[in-house]
Amino acid sequence: MKVRLKGTMKLGRSTYRFKSNVAISDCFTVVGKKEGQGPLSIYFDMVIEDEYAGQKSWELAEGKLLNIAITKLVQRAGEKPDNIDLILSGDLLNQLSSSHFAARDLDIPFIGIYGACSTFALSVGLASLFVDSGFAKNVIAATSSHFCSAEKQFRYPLELGTQRPPTSQWTVTGAAAFLIKQEDSSQSPKITHFTVGRILDFGIKDPNNMGAAMAPAAFDTIMRHFSDTKRSFDYYDMIITGDLGYVGRKLLDELFKKEGIRFSSELFDCGILMFDPETQNTGAGASGCAASACVFGGYLYKLLRERTFEKILIVPTGALMSQSTALLGESIPVIAHALAIEIV
Amino acid sequence: MNIKDKKVCEYLALVKANEPKTNSFKNCILAFLIGGAICDVGQAFLNLYSSFFPKDEAQVLTSITMIFLGAFLTGVGVYDKIGAFAGAGSIVPITGFANSIVSPAIEYKKEGFVFGVGSKMFLIAGPVLVYGISTSILVGLLYYLVKVFPGI
Repeated sequence: MKVRLKGTMKLGRSTYRFKSNVAISDCFTVVGKKEGQGPLSIYFDMVIEDEYAGQKSWELAEGKLLNIAITKLVQRAGEKPDNIDLILSGDLLNQLSSSHFAARDLDIPFIGIYGACSTFALSVGLASLFVDSGFAKNVIAATSSHFCSAEKQFRYPLELGTQRPPTSQWTVTGAAAFLIKQEDSSQSPKITHFTVGRILDFGIKDPNNMGAAMAPAAFDTIMRHFSDTKRSFDYYDMIITGDLGYVGRKLLDELFKKEGIRFSSELFDCGILMFDPETQNTGAGASGCAASACVFGGYLYKLLRERTFEKILIVPTGALMSQSTALLGESIPVIAHALAIEIV
Repeated sequence: MNIKDKKVCEYLALVKANEPKTNSFKNCILAFLIGGAICDVGQAFLNLYSSFFPKDEAQVLTSITMIFLGAFLTGVGVYDKIGAFAGAGSIVPITGFANSIVSPAIEYKKEGFVFGVGSKMFLIAGPVLVYGISTSILVGLLYYLVKVFPGI
């Protein structure tokens, strides 16, 4: 057996290798009604049909979903809230409103992070750094998004009668929380590598075409992950991107084809897995922080535990626009972070 | 052109080639049919009111009725579904204007009656009002000048 030493090691320009057994010990996913009717419905831990979740505004409703995900996770893991060293959380709203609402009753040290739809990888990756370095024992990484609060902030009022362009994506209503800690048993999937992305901008200005904006970021981060780790393209059982949707996934395929790169496994995308576009009218697929977080937490995490897959690379992407950057006519800066999650 | 610009241009071309197409023909037909149907409803009200009121009053009453219907259907959550289906067909008639004012009013009611409903109600309709009224002043001025100086 290999002796594992504590401490993170940096590989290449941007990949961090975790030397201790940093595991996703448990996770909890909460989704809304539409997600609960989708193809992955049976995998989520909880479906809340009321889009207000008993609250009086969309922002509070999103905060409530996140709060439920975190408190239920702590309960199920059998931990006392006092034993949780840190929460790392983020969402799409201005000033991370829903994360802050979710955490204000929890009394746990908190760091808010913003990575748009890439927040899932960012929070889990940073949590792993805290755990691997030994500064924290139990860290919760969490994220949320809500269709209604995102529409209100980024697009139009819900009741406005507009047509959605075919490239537009449907923000997932949901929240997911992950408990990151050191664990020696091989039961829990381990986070072995975290590749930090860089900001790219390929000149896409249309905020209704985020898939096209984000595809180059996914490509760049995947390529850098492989060059940093010197792993072969066949190493992973599954490579899964965050929320590129149908449009972005096709473009990512084209980008790999242009470089002549072939993977032994098919590329998957959380934004495609979440909804059924035929019956659910979701356009180019799902988006939002909860898209990759809930598809991973609900579905892929269980597949990893059942050992259907043993090595996956998940690459959530984020389109970092705001209402004002779109109006200023600026193109959309994008980012992608990658997490290698393996059974070891 | 440097390498970065070249890469951006190449990528934008790739995006254009892979873009899902909007079915403009189908959208035009639907907009024509639904928009026409909304206008038919308006015409029916105009015919009805014309038998009781003089022409100009009947026209005002028709507009009021259509605005009420647009606002009502927005309030009960139906107009956005018509809009997703009809596109410009439900935006162009006066009911669409009612929808564009009532939908932000509903959305921002939670932010209070002054800074929520009061100021954000014109979020979508505001530009239409500003440029609509400005244009009508310009056209009115032109009309006046032509009337005063028929020679030009």
